[in-house]
Amino acid sequence: MGNRQEILLTGAGGQGLILASIILAHAAVNDNKNVVQTQSYGPEARGGASMAGVIIDIDTIEYPKVVNPTVLLCMNQASFNKYLPKIKRVGECIVIVDSTFVSGPFREEYKVQNYPITKVAKEKVGKEVVANMLALGVVNAAAGLVDPDIFRESIFEMAPKGSGEINQKAFDMGYFLYEQGSGQDIDQSAQNPQ
Amino acid sequence: MPETKPVLMQGNEACAEGAISAGVRFYAGYPITPSTEVAERMAVKLPDIGGVFIQMEDEIASMAAVIGASIGGMRTLTATSGPGFSLKQENIGYAIMAEIPCVIVNVQRMGPSTGVPTAPSQGDVMQARWGTHGDHPVIVFSPASVYETYYLTVAAVNLSQKLRQPIILLLDEVIGHMREKVTIPKDSKLMVEKASDKVPADWKPYDDKGLTPLVPFGFGHYYHVTGLFHDQYGFPTGDPQQVERSLDRIHEKLKKYRDEVVLTNYIGHKEPRVVIVTYGCTVRSARAVVKKAYWNNRQPVGLLSLQTLWPFPDKEVQEIAKKADVVIVPEMNMGQIIGEVERQVKGEAEVIPLNRYDGEMISPEQISDIMGRWLS
Amino acid sequence: MAIIEQLTQDFLRTKKLPHIWCPGCGNGIVTAALVRAIERADYDQRDVVIVSGIGCSSRAAGYLNFNTLHTTHGRALAFATGLKMARPELKLFVIMGDGDCSAIGGNHFIHSARRNIDLNAIVVNNHIYGMTGGQHSPLTPIGKKATTAPRGTLEREFNLLELARGAGATFGARGNAAQPRQLEQLITRGAKHKGFSIVEALSPCPIAYGRRNKLGGPVDMMKDLKENSISTERAAGKEDSELEGKTITGVIFNYEEPEYAAEYYHSIGKEIPVKSSG
Repeated sequence: MGNRQEILLTGAGGQGLILASIILAHAAVNDNKNVVQTQSYGPEARGGASMAGVIIDIDTIEYPKVVNPTVLLCMNQASFNKYLPKIKRVGECIVIVDSTFVSGPFREEYKVQNYPITKVAKEKVGKEVVANMLALGVVNAAAGLVDPDIFRESIFEMAPKGSGEINQKAFDMGYFLYEQGSGQDIDQSAQNPQ
Repeated sequence: MPETKPVLMQGNEACAEGAISAGVRFYAGYPITPSTEVAERMAVKLPDIGGVFIQMEDEIASMAAVIGASIGGMRTLTATSGPGFSLKQENIGYAIMAEIPCVIVNVQRMGPSTGVPTAPSQGDVMQARWGTHGDHPVIVFSPASVYETYYLTVAAVNLSQKLRQPIILLLDEVIGHMREKVTIPKDSKLMVEKASDKVPADWKPYDDKGLTPLVPFGFGHYYHVTGLFHDQYGFPTGDPQQVERSLDRIHEKLKKYRDEVVLTNYIGHKEPRVVIVTYGCTVRSARAVVKKAYWNNRQPVGLLSLQTLWPFPDKEVQEIAKKADVVIVPEMNMGQIIGEVERQVKGEAEVIPLNRYDGEMISPEQISDIMGRWLS
Repeated sequence: MAIIEQLTQDFLRTKKLPHIWCPGCGNGIVTAALVRAIERADYDQRDVVIVSGIGCSSRAAGYLNFNTLHTTHGRALAFATGLKMARPELKLFVIMGDGDCSAIGGNHFIHSARRNIDLNAIVVNNHIYGMTGGQHSPLTPIGKKATTAPRGTLEREFNLLELARGAGATFGARGNAAQPRQLEQLITRGAKHKGFSIVEALSPCPIAYGRRNKLGGPVDMMKDLKENSISTERAAGKEDSELEGKTITGVIFNYEEPEYAAEYYHSIGKEIPVKSSG
């Protein structure tokens, strides 16, 4: 299991988590890793809860579903409540939440890292819809899943025409947020990392 | 074969890409979860390469249109899921009887009836075998990965042409919807086995002597195509001798080309005590277990994965039964292929079912638990 | 016009004759009108495809010396749609019976009309399921008897041409087996029309329909067909009361609208091979 990363991206429908999972998987392919992406389909994926899983490994990936998450991203309170208890190795799994929507409780043993992801996307990057790429920046900074340069290129490749740069900017902002540290409220003086 | 750089691709998309690589230029379909991505990909791609995409008024019409286009000389494919597969059955029988090549994709979902449209299942194994009425031959492939979906779609299109036999691809929701890294061969033309376009002077559409290529309509060969029992020229007959010969004919070709049609893969110990026999997405769980048990721990276990479900890989299972004490058959249904396994094992080994039908995949733990019990 | 003997030799599979139809049936007359219409339209034999469904009239495909496709019950138009889209240069005639087309095949019928795909539908309407022995169809007039309506059917019938028109068909005509010359002309016009065309051919079934409804023998039924018909030209200007009990024959509607196969091929920038005829 050493190299195997099991990433769960969770939140509400419309937060772009499925797309984020596809971009993450795409980036992992470009980084020459094996990858499998799955997602929950169905009526519940429209507006309600949204969940996507990505498994990244050096070895061949057989069982495609996430069973033992090593990274958990929660972009809303409901998903935080639902998926936090699914963590098997408490304390070893990297848990990242969007404090714009998730207020806790952040029990100590889970080592939850919270960042104002959507708020920063809206106020610093200028577009709420790029919160998903910002979240990927935080996740990748925290977990080191994919080479960051390859990740940035992959985002550009996959972004709709004309939106490559703003999506990359959001991703970079994610790195910046991570470096600032968990639990910070939005820093009004936060500079553009570029 | 030259290869491109690896890409991330969904199973359903790989099916569409495989079809296009193998020369499919006609798609008719009707929207249904979880197969719709096949249609959507075809709708984007076919017009760009001079192909025809048409969304028909229903599943029955989609199947009919595909057969019509095949008779016009195009390579064709349609995709559907559970309820739609039920609706297509009559015309699938027609294509078998009239020996019209085409590929039918069924991305299995949880049934019966509307069931759980987005939950995976392997519940259509027997329907794929016996879904249409009458004593008919079928070829059914079931891939276990995105790349295998691509590869088996290509194989299905080519074999379907060669044997003038509709071929069913049984995907499941897991394989259809998951994305994974694949490397697609670069030169897609290599994937097309082109049939000879020379028509012998004494060509007959259903020659008593054996398989002849389909000559499309519109080239001056005035033959008849019907779902009725027919003679060498396609004309209806009720003559008992000819009826029997007709039925033998469509079965014989599958027997003759059996080794091209029946595809399986074995990994594991040479003298296994416990062998898992499975197919589709369940192969992945089983492989995770067998790799660990055999590669890491040298336990006497093996996995026979079935890419071809029908005609059933009888010899391959018999081989296994000679060696193994126990054959475990995990399936995401209440037990379908296990009956065939038992018929071939003929009591030479213990055959143990592992069934799951709650709309979730069988996990590696479920398989290793049951395997462990028989190893200790 | 070639002499009939020549036409018979070229376009009919004479070895497959005699046909299976009962004495007094109109299917042979309709089939003959189709053969003459194909000759009139001056199509190359190799470009013509006959598609049919299941039923008495659909057996015509087997007797016609072209590429012939005898499909499943109700699905002839769906098979034909696939073939036409794959080979838009071919000329497709789709023979169906009334039950085949309007009951089990009703969905394909309205959607073929909606697409305005260039198929030539010929619906032989004998008001009954003949091959299965006389059950009522959606074109059995209300009150008429059938084995499955022994007291007379309570169901109202479709007006097939108005159904086609409402669904978007661009050519609709009605003829009958008692006036084969007119029928031949109507099928020819339908064939030449670019778009979905339907010719409804009223045809007697003395065995499964006439007998049960006391409509007399084959000769009486033919006579009635003729006498109860009035051409569009003669009907023009007549009061409704004067047309009571009459069936109007001729071209009922004829519009020009974009044809689906041509539109599709145009949209993908592909040429449809041009044929010398048609």
